[in-house]
Amino acid sequence: MSASLLILIPLLPLAGFLINGIGFPNIPKGAVGIIGTLAVVASFVLSVMTFNAFVAAGSQPFIVPLFDWITVGDLNIPFSFQVDQLSLLMLMIITGVGSLIHIYSIGYMHHDSGFGKFFAYLNLFLFFMLLLVLGSNYVIMFIGWEGVGLCSYLLIGFWNKNTNYNNAARKAFIMNRVGDLGFLLGIFTIIATFGSVEYSEVFSKAAAGFQVGDPVIITITLFLFVGAMGKSAQIPLYTWLPDAMAGPTPVSALIHAATMVTAGIYMVIRSNVLYSLAPSTLEIVGIIGGATALFAASIGLLQNDIKKVLAYSTVSQLGYMFMGLGAMAYSASMFHVITHAFFKALLFLGAGSVIHAMSDEQDIRSMGGLRKKLPVTFLTFLIATIAISGIPPFAGFFSKDEILAHVFEHNKALWVIGVLGSVMTSFYMFRLLFLTFFGTFRGTHEQEHHLHESPASMTIPLIILAVLSAVGGFIGVPEALHGSHQLAQFMSPLYDLAKTANPAAFEHTSLSHSEEYMLMAISVAAALISAIAAYVMYVQKGAVPAPDSEEKSGLQRAVYNKYYVDELYDAVFVKPIKTLSNILYSFGEIFIDLIIDAFVKLVSLGAKLLRKTQTGSTGEYVFAMVIGIVVILFWKLLL
Amino acid sequence: MIPNPMMPEVNIPAVIQHIPLQSYLILSTLLFVIGIIGVLTRRNAIIIFMSIELMLNAANLLLIAFSSYRSDPSAQVFVFFIMAVAAAEVAVGLAIIVMIYRNTRNTDIGFLNKLKW
Repeated sequence: MSASLLILIPLLPLAGFLINGIGFPNIPKGAVGIIGTLAVVASFVLSVMTFNAFVAAGSQPFIVPLFDWITVGDLNIPFSFQVDQLSLLMLMIITGVGSLIHIYSIGYMHHDSGFGKFFAYLNLFLFFMLLLVLGSNYVIMFIGWEGVGLCSYLLIGFWNKNTNYNNAARKAFIMNRVGDLGFLLGIFTIIATFGSVEYSEVFSKAAAGFQVGDPVIITITLFLFVGAMGKSAQIPLYTWLPDAMAGPTPVSALIHAATMVTAGIYMVIRSNVLYSLAPSTLEIVGIIGGATALFAASIGLLQNDIKKVLAYSTVSQLGYMFMGLGAMAYSASMFHVITHAFFKALLFLGAGSVIHAMSDEQDIRSMGGLRKKLPVTFLTFLIATIAISGIPPFAGFFSKDEILAHVFEHNKALWVIGVLGSVMTSFYMFRLLFLTFFGTFRGTHEQEHHLHESPASMTIPLIILAVLSAVGGFIGVPEALHGSHQLAQFMSPLYDLAKTANPAAFEHTSLSHSEEYMLMAISVAAALISAIAAYVMYVQKGAVPAPDSEEKSGLQRAVYNKYYVDELYDAVFVKPIKTLSNILYSFGEIFIDLIIDAFVKLVSLGAKLLRKTQTGSTGEYVFAMVIGIVVILFWKLLL
Repeated sequence: MIPNPMMPEVNIPAVIQHIPLQSYLILSTLLFVIGIIGVLTRRNAIIIFMSIELMLNAANLLLIAFSSYRSDPSAQVFVFFIMAVAAAEVAVGLAIIVMIYRNTRNTDIGFLNKLKW
């Protein structure tokens, strides 16, 4: 695998962005879709080739230096790519799921006037995301980190004639800035401590020179985790993600479910040496992950917007991943990133297909009975729902169960939270499924008339993702189920350094097989029971969530309104800052404008007087000139 | 040097030195002041132009006088240059006056007062 082919992986989407972006209104729609999609499919093919070459060459990580980028004093930041197990797995997810979503977008966005702009932004996003995972140091990761934030902003506000959508885009961007500040401080602390940002140097120095629980390492990891909180939507910085659903549905699938929001998890796994040296940070990561998993899942229980339910579900699943990271189950979290990319992308694309058929209706109270009209969408959505609920043998079961098993070893209380969260997950997902696809149609007559299955460009990605959601779990079958867990074996070299740095943390009090069976049985039973509960409530009794106008009990109202977190943030942060800005603005109005206005008036007054001298009469000019010469002569001669 | 029968050999600086330096100074000052007054008082562009030439030549005369009294030939070279440049300047100046005349049908500079606030 030559280096030039590797460079093409991020460069192809960039080329797609440039072509589609520069030629936006002039390239015909057919060509736009082909260019945008081909760029990504080609980088997927290249990623697969790189992966095969990497495995064939004995899984030796290597660095591809491109050029010296920043050299200041002793600090040298090269621009280079790192190819190892982690970056390859991320490459495969990003380009693979990205390709499917591009194909889907051709059908989904076909009627949109900003078709070319949409594909340009999507390609730009993939470029930055690939840069993020390929970079060999924290600074390149930061470029990608900011770039994907920018593209997320652009795509959330894609329909920028709607003020609410623009506000959602701004909210996402600003909340991410808060996290980015933490990330930046983390990078600065790394530079100050290690004098380098290259992963290899930082990690070897950290492993060699620092004790477990060193305050400097704890500071660094906490700062980095603040960045991850913002990007991966964890408490307290999660409120942007549900609002981000304002963007087109393929964007929600690609950016806000499968790839960008997992950047935080990627970063923690990448920095596993540092995190393994900071057990107290890991405690915090685990607690925040668990809290987010439960909190977001409970909000999802009562939402009525099909995309909002999926958004809270994403926040909750990301919480699971962080819970796994907190228990040092890095591979298990990565496993969940992979399976989640499959089934959550599928869920969003399925929701997009439903919204497409329902003429842009997103409220599940107006849906129902769609399974006969949209058979492919229904079947794939069903598979994804089973997968996310953790029912075997679908993908979500293996990954979620592995995380829960590790959490159980680590912290029993968090495990209880995790199981509670998975009960809720199963309930809200089946509630969504039943309300959308079962029962009778509750929409308008016009919508019913218009119902249709989506075109092939949309259903084929659904089917491929459904297959992946069904069988994707088999890359990580645990030993207890007579599997060999290929994924964990593949990723284990990543933790070699962490093991030498903190060997105690990796000595697992390994669970016996019977215990593992017990845990599996509990979580599967819990998921099944809540699925049945949802079936009884929404299919047998045919209950439909009450319209907004109806009075709700106190707790219900709190959950329905997302615990008033948005209102709280609004009162605590947004309003005071706005007031402060207004005060500063009026200060500017009064003082600064007064001074500047005075100068302006003075100058224009002077000009008004002086321009009287410009009469246009040549004689007067000559006279003035002579007078001037005489004055100068007298000055020189007499004084 | 071949003697010219029509013109007896004369030492030019000696001739110039027959007249005292003060007279040259007074003459060239007078010429210069006449030039200034002409430029200031006349409105006809051609006469103003001639007055400017007068001032120029007053300066030339002064240069020549000093040159011979101090036996320094460089001022004479200087004067040649001034005359050559003045010839070019006359050509350009007259061309401008001709164009003004074609456009306005007179050469009164009081008429050209459009360039004002």
